[in-house]
Amino acid sequence: MTVLSVKDVTVRFGGLVANDAISFDVSEGMLAAVIGPNGAGKTTLFNVISGAMAPTSGTVRFNGEVITGLPQYEVSQKGLVRTYQLVQLFKDLSVRANIMTGFHRVTKGGVLAALLRPRWFKEQEARIAARTEELLDFVGLRAVADMEADKLPYGQQRLLEVARALAAEPRLLLLDEPAAGLNMQETAALADVIQRVNSQGVAVVLVEHDMQLVMQIAQKIVVIDFGRKIAEGDPAQIKAHPEVIAAYLGGTEGLDD
Amino acid sequence: MTSPNITSTDSMRHVVIPVAAVLAVLGIALSSSGYVVTLIGFAAIYGVFCTGLNFFMGYTGQASFGQNAFAALGGYGSAILTANYYWDPVLALLVSMVLSGVIAAAVGYPTLRLRGHYLAMATFALGLITYEISIEWNSLTQGYMGLSGIPPLGIGKYELVSEKHQLVVLTLVMLVGVWVSVRLRDSRFGRALRAIAGSEAAANALGINVARYKLAAFVVAAVYASVAGSLFAHFVGFISPEVFGASMVILSFTMLYLGGVGTTWGPIIGALIVSLLPEVLRGLKEMQDVVYSVVLIAILIFAPRGLSGLSVLFPRKQTGQTKQAEKNA
Ligand SMILES: Nc1ncnc2c1ncn2[C@@H]1O[C@H](COP(=O)(O)OP(=O)(O)OP(=O)(O)O)[C@@H](O)[C@H]1O
Ligand SMILES: [Mg+2]
Repeated sequence: MTVLSVKDVTVRFGGLVANDAISFDVSEGMLAAVIGPNGAGKTTLFNVISGAMAPTSGTVRFNGEVITGLPQYEVSQKGLVRTYQLVQLFKDLSVRANIMTGFHRVTKGGVLAALLRPRWFKEQEARIAARTEELLDFVGLRAVADMEADKLPYGQQRLLEVARALAAEPRLLLLDEPAAGLNMQETAALADVIQRVNSQGVAVVLVEHDMQLVMQIAQKIVVIDFGRKIAEGDPAQIKAHPEVIAAYLGGTEGLDD
Repeated sequence: MTSPNITSTDSMRHVVIPVAAVLAVLGIALSSSGYVVTLIGFAAIYGVFCTGLNFFMGYTGQASFGQNAFAALGGYGSAILTANYYWDPVLALLVSMVLSGVIAAAVGYPTLRLRGHYLAMATFALGLITYEISIEWNSLTQGYMGLSGIPPLGIGKYELVSEKHQLVVLTLVMLVGVWVSVRLRDSRFGRALRAIAGSEAAANALGINVARYKLAAFVVAAVYASVAGSLFAHFVGFISPEVFGASMVILSFTMLYLGGVGTTWGPIIGALIVSLLPEVLRGLKEMQDVVYSVVLIAILIFAPRGLSGLSVLFPRKQTGQTKQAEKNA
């Protein structure tokens, strides 16, 4: 089954065409990657998919349902959860509290419930607490659970953002350059987390510059350059694709870095 | 807190000690003269107001310069209903509360779509408009003259005639206000508010309806402000437009930032200290607002987390986990 279907998505910023009729599909449980040189339009594409921005034209379907034009929080509520290129943590909150906040989508209750605390509320809080500990273990942040998010080393901040997104129990997880700024060990830890998430049946689409990472974990790769999709395929096909090689040799990045 | 590794040291720090301190202050006030009782009474009322404001400015990280509008609504609502229509003060307070909440929702709905400076300006205008209305709607508010003859708090036949009795009730209401604030903070609702303060982008990505939660925080703050206004009317027995004027905004900001915005007890600490300042600064007269403003600016620069933020100066007993955390850092 197709989880995500992007069809002819075009985004214009004035004269600039950031996304030019991009189409691709992601099927259930797949781990896909979107790659392309700086300024190719990857983040813009993620913004459209996640509902942060409406496209100039084109449609995005999630589980067969058109989600273009919905506000972002509604898209997220459907189970399409993203992270950002620049980490967006709740800086003043502890690592644990950051993760607990992630459960918003899969829990219920407002002011009245918080005030009266009926039995279901307490059970829900207990479930949140227990799941939070599981997620802390899952990404290996248990030891720093009480630290303020801001004080974490950068690599762990990235992991925390992923853990928080996982708390929302996504069906599709969009990760925008999760490995940017990470050293080799940190990248390896992140890759491991992403693969384990994916093996639990969560579809993942990541934007990434780290080619080694992409080639190692992605089942499908979409390449965009100057807003246009120039190739789509598995890692072997992408490595051999003439237009991809040209785009990367023309730019500053090589496929093998 | 909902976290499983809560320690008894934590509940000492966050509940037992502050509540004991509040009761100690109450005790001192009750054994003092009239003037001190009045000042501490104001502190309790401002404590309620600032605890509400803290929802919007602290937990949710938004700015409102117009929360005095809802204090005015509460104050005038209670004054008019009790003095002119002989309503029961508690009923009048509750009705004013609901009215303030409804008006906050109606005003906030379009306003809270604004961001940053625009939101601040819109809320400031709200305060000014309310001020103008309280001056111009003479038949209801008696303009600049203000309303007097407001009865003290009480239920049915039981009036709290003495100021000291009223102070006890004010303190209890304040403590209930703090209790509600803590309960709401440590919940899905409170986490959503703090998510918005931390990053609207992330809040959106987690499925949090940012506009709706901002509105909810605004309404909660307005309800607290309304209660504070009602309490003030009954405590002093007189209100005028000036009482709920722009200086209320400066005063409450000073309290909030001095005590520590976003913390539980910060608003209360700030309210107490700033309420006692007039005693200290008595000689300054009209210069008081200037002094408050200078204090406010100094805090923003030197201690942006307020006095409760300075508690890092007092090393706390570490739990095994935090120690571990620091080792790993
Ligand atoms: N809000 C905006 N207004 C105008 N132009 C924009 C806007 N957002 C992005 N752009 C432009 O659109 C193009 C694509 O940007 P985008 O951020 O999507 O690239 P990217 O592939 O994510 O790049 P990077 O690898 O550097 O993150 C760039 O030329 C960028 O300057
Ligand atoms: Mg980008």
